[in-house]
Amino acid sequence: MDIIYFDNAATSWPKPDATLEAMNRYNEITGGSPGRSAHRLSIEAARIIFDTRESLVELFGITDSLRIVFTKNATEALNIAIFGLLKKGDHVITSGMEHNSVMRPLRAMEAGGIELSVIPCSERGEMDPQDIPPYIKKNTRAIFLTHASNVTGTIMPVAEVGKIAREKGIIFCVDAAQTAGAIPIDVEEMNIDLLAFTGHKSLLGPQGTGGLYIRKGLEKNIAPLCMGGTGSRSEWEEQPAFMPDKYESGTLNAIGIAGLGAGVRYILKEGIGEIRKKETALAGTFIDGIAAIDGIKLYGLDNAPGRTAVVSFNINGISPSEAALAFDEKFNIMERPGLHCAPLAHRTIGTFPGGTNRFSFGYFNRPDQIKTALEAIERIVTGL
Amino acid sequence: MTSARNYYVVLFHSVTHAIKAEKVLKEAGVAAKAIPVPRHISSDCGVCLRCVGSQKEKIEQTLFEKVDFSRIAHL
Repeated sequence: MDIIYFDNAATSWPKPDATLEAMNRYNEITGGSPGRSAHRLSIEAARIIFDTRESLVELFGITDSLRIVFTKNATEALNIAIFGLLKKGDHVITSGMEHNSVMRPLRAMEAGGIELSVIPCSERGEMDPQDIPPYIKKNTRAIFLTHASNVTGTIMPVAEVGKIAREKGIIFCVDAAQTAGAIPIDVEEMNIDLLAFTGHKSLLGPQGTGGLYIRKGLEKNIAPLCMGGTGSRSEWEEQPAFMPDKYESGTLNAIGIAGLGAGVRYILKEGIGEIRKKETALAGTFIDGIAAIDGIKLYGLDNAPGRTAVVSFNINGISPSEAALAFDEKFNIMERPGLHCAPLAHRTIGTFPGGTNRFSFGYFNRPDQIKTALEAIERIVTGL
Repeated sequence: MTSARNYYVVLFHSVTHAIKAEKVLKEAGVAAKAIPVPRHISSDCGVCLRCVGSQKEKIEQTLFEKVDFSRIAHL
């Protein structure tokens, strides 16, 4: 029996062949330390990393590939944005649907003297952008907003919030961990100043890759989290102030970035519109299917277009962890139970502390797998 | 070998700048080779682009407003 992988919101799997081939090629042929040593293998490694930057800027509507900083994941990118930018006395706005990658650094900064406003969201995870202006104060420095909840998949009104932020001169940072590669992002149209993304989810790259887009000039106000060797200005004992070296100390994960570049080019080739269409269809079939089963509680919107392909639900009388074990052992379905590192979002939707079952679909899932999963849920509900 | 020809090197802030310039020049049909920054030239980063003297002006024009470079030095 084939494994049915419905945990793409945690890490996408499988990857396109091109991702694995690019990593193998890097390992077998390129190998060098990117740009450090200037021999041909080192320069080739630097070219591969640069090509990944170029592919990412094409996907996100960024004009200059030097604005991309590579990190190990979205969490590190968000930590750079939060700890590097905010200072004591700043006021920050965020939503009631954030992941701990945003909430934990913000709560730590709050203890250190920043002021934090959390905009309440609806039980379905929705945020009304018009709720934001009343919270804006003289010292409001930044808005941190997830592009889509990792619990309910609810897509946030990023473009509307971006417009408000730009008009008020507030820095707008978007956590695109759940959306980069799954739904279209244009940093110019959406007025995004900082975009944190991870490589191992919908960008179809390997774990250990991610990055932060920093709008031109903003790097002057963001301190690096980590300092060290950059391959540039080697005669200086001070960290360079220019992009991307300011934030890229130490040898990059070049083999991972080679794979990420191939993943992003796969998305550009397939078309993000096609990917979105297929994933929305899978989520739609699943949502309609569980609506017809008694004893299932669905969270988030009751339709697929307003969400990513992430669906949280609970089965009456069966805890998420019990259900997850049954899905795995009896039905070969890999899902994620519990709180999904987002306690605030679970408080918002009323599932704290029990959590939910989360099925998250990907581009390589098939309609017949949804059908099998719905049959499995019916059998769990009826105790068969 | 190099003394037989009139060479220049374009110096950059970072390796990323150098690789971007290499790509921009290649697309414009200008020949430039990525090499280690020669020891006697003060280094901004470890990689620079080498070109022949006749290409110097073309390179300046092509990189202008596209890729920041520190300076062009005679080799």
